[in-house]
Amino acid sequence: MTSLLRHQAYEEERLQRVAEKLPCRETQAGTLLSLMGQPQQYSYPSIFIYGHRASGKSHVMQVLLKELELPHATVSCVECVSVALLFEQLLLSFFGCDAASLLPRSPSLSDFVRIYRQQCSQSPAKQTRYIVMEKAELLRDTDANLLPALLRLQELVEDNVTIILLSEIVWDKFRPNTGCFEPLLLHFPDYSKGELQQILSQDKHPSYSAEFYSSYINILLGVFYSVCRDLRELRHLAALNFSKFCEPLADGKVKETDTHKLWRNIEPHLKKAMQTVYLREVSSLQWEQMQQTEEKETGTVRGLSAHTHVELPYYSKFLLIAAYLASYNPARTDKRFFLKHHGKIRKTNFLKKNEKTSNHLLGPKPFPLDRLLAIFYSVVDNRVAPTASIFSQISSLVTLQLLTQVSHDDQLDAPKYKCAVSMDFMCAISRTVSFDIVKYLYDFL
Amino acid sequence: MSKRKVKDDHMPVGECITQVQEVFRERFCCQKLPEQPEGVESQHKHLLELLKRTAVHGESNSVLIVGPRGAGKTMLLKCVLRDLLEEKEVEKNLLQVHLNGLLQTDDRIALKEITRQLNLENVVGDKVFGSFAETLGFLLEALKKGDRSSSRPVLFVLDEFDLFAHHKNQTLLYNLFDVSQSAQAPIAVVGVTCRLDVLELLEKRVKSRFSHRQIHLLSSLTFPQYAERVRTQLSLPDDFPDDKFAQDWNASVKNLCEDKSVEEVLQRHFNSSKDYRMMHMLLMLCLSRVSVAKPNIKPADVLEASKMCFTDAKANMLHGLSILELCLVIAMKHLNDVYEGEPFNLQMVHNEFKKFLHRKSSSMYNFEQPVIMKAFEHLQQLELIRPVDSSSAKTQREYQLMRLMLDHSQIMEALQKYPQCPTDVKQWAMSAFG
Repeated sequence: MTSLLRHQAYEEERLQRVAEKLPCRETQAGTLLSLMGQPQQYSYPSIFIYGHRASGKSHVMQVLLKELELPHATVSCVECVSVALLFEQLLLSFFGCDAASLLPRSPSLSDFVRIYRQQCSQSPAKQTRYIVMEKAELLRDTDANLLPALLRLQELVEDNVTIILLSEIVWDKFRPNTGCFEPLLLHFPDYSKGELQQILSQDKHPSYSAEFYSSYINILLGVFYSVCRDLRELRHLAALNFSKFCEPLADGKVKETDTHKLWRNIEPHLKKAMQTVYLREVSSLQWEQMQQTEEKETGTVRGLSAHTHVELPYYSKFLLIAAYLASYNPARTDKRFFLKHHGKIRKTNFLKKNEKTSNHLLGPKPFPLDRLLAIFYSVVDNRVAPTASIFSQISSLVTLQLLTQVSHDDQLDAPKYKCAVSMDFMCAISRTVSFDIVKYLYDFL
Repeated sequence: MSKRKVKDDHMPVGECITQVQEVFRERFCCQKLPEQPEGVESQHKHLLELLKRTAVHGESNSVLIVGPRGAGKTMLLKCVLRDLLEEKEVEKNLLQVHLNGLLQTDDRIALKEITRQLNLENVVGDKVFGSFAETLGFLLEALKKGDRSSSRPVLFVLDEFDLFAHHKNQTLLYNLFDVSQSAQAPIAVVGVTCRLDVLELLEKRVKSRFSHRQIHLLSSLTFPQYAERVRTQLSLPDDFPDDKFAQDWNASVKNLCEDKSVEEVLQRHFNSSKDYRMMHMLLMLCLSRVSVAKPNIKPADVLEASKMCFTDAKANMLHGLSILELCLVIAMKHLNDVYEGEPFNLQMVHNEFKKFLHRKSSSMYNFEQPVIMKAFEHLQQLELIRPVDSSSAKTQREYQLMRLMLDHSQIMEALQKYPQCPTDVKQWAMSAFG
């Protein structure tokens, strides 16, 4: 088992301990260890590790560096909103707080390198120092010099230091246009289904047997594996739904070995979980409460997206309907839909459409204010005066982000809008004013 | 098991391996200077002569070292400096200022750095100067006075020279070149850059003050030379403590380089790039496989290392996608084929996916729109698809136009390697009509 993790610089037991903490990641840890070499030797200046989310990049690095007691600094690029924070953190973890306080108020890279060299000459590295940067893709958005400088930090500070970048995104998207020192690329492959099963089965429940939990994980993966391979997400789902899985057992209806009945019980529940908890429609707390209160059918609690229903004034509703119609219907069909005596429009010509021009595929089109008002007057039954309140309702719809103003060049004169609500939302609104919107939509004719 | 035990008992082997790792890691990782630069003898001679003239005779010079990344520019410069400082007189007299375009991002920082490296912080103190030239003039003046009577020559090394050309008004470059042109303190300005068009970046007045002396380091390596270089890079030096081990090692490296499969690998690397860095990366990967249990490099190691260098990162990422995400990628590929590279949005992709599901009887992949949206967003996070315009807040998420950042062949290749790929998905991907 531990044959992959072997290095002459470290004791066997210690590596054994490391290997136990890194299930299914021995190969990668072994490669990393052999690249890092013995502590006092030089290591490659920069290593770039990429792989999917939750494929153990940070974990492997963390365990290796902690267990083998190597000097290191771990920095998350999300936290370091300014380079000053980054520099401070690095100096702090390598040389203590005296060094960090030497930094001027808004330090440049030059200051950092100067102080690093100063400190380094006082306490030269006996072992390779490691800098681990998590979420390294954010380094691209900072100062353009930062990434190339970090990649050749070993050369700049003349110290035995290695920088390790962790990211989800491939290296090709990082390369600056004048090039830089190329790091060693290392890929962390995704966990296979078997490996996921193995890792997830490790955190079993104490009061049930390991096989029981393992069969539960098997069912869970059967439902979710085709959608999600994120270990963290799966682990979260497993923890949430386990109590439901055990329920028949607690009631004494089935035995532990009766897998089929257990599956019959849990499967619809898990399917529901995919539409609710997985999408964070229902929070995990709500989900747990729902499971406890038996009588309530799961899913009856309205999720986040069900709350999008908003109460609008009567005319605002019609304004929104008009906006939707204006956005999703071509202007040439307005005559046919909204005029009583629209003369003759040839039917074949009118209905000539193909999928490519369907607006429900392409998205809403912008329309001028005049067209909106024209449609509005035709869909509202009674006569409406174009008062200030109508116009203010239009602009308040824009503030509510139900409409968006397209071009900002002219505020007052002929503004253009787009409707930014979904079909379902629109159907719900039109039902409240008993208006059959589908009849007026060109795409559904 | 027993075999390794025997080897462990021979302590010298472990010791030797440690030594080997140390020697090579210094060579590949921290770019230890070789005794004699290879293949750049004429450039070396030229630069040495030039700097010697500044250091000894007080002649002002400026020169640019131009070459692609990893061509050995810094190595050449450092070798020259090492050889230059061997002379007593030069060592006593010459002052060096090293600036890097990555660190000194504007002229104020650069000036501070110059002051510091010339040990003049106490002289300048809190004095406030009017112009940049005045300050620089004062610095150089202080140098003149600092020494007995004559002025000491100063060597300015500007690494990443092209970045200095982006400073405002190029004041630093103007002043440095100006000093080197007029009869003031003797200075030599050495710029190191990887841009061949670096002179186009300079302003006219700066350009006219530059001596237009350029040293090009363009590699004219042939494959036999490349292979030879690999061999010398992997050979142990003569001063290795254990003679017997060094001889064995060098012999095995010689055998290795003559191996047919290794030669093929080297040829591939040679074809893709000739620079030292890439070679070092390959050799470093080979070296990391050397351990006590396996005390020399085998052809298989070289093959493995080269595979690691040449692996397609995007295909690796595609391998880890869930089946739903893969289906979306295939749908995007079909959209790209049908509409000839027009951007698409989530609705179109979903529509395409639904068409596939309709044709198929089983409804295994009947997912709701939000689940598909989540998968789509994951693809966007991985930057496998990219929004056409960045004004994302304006449009709804499902109507935002996207472009696929993948190649046709990459998708097909990833599909072949995908573990347990359903046959109908594979057939769907193959079929020409979505």
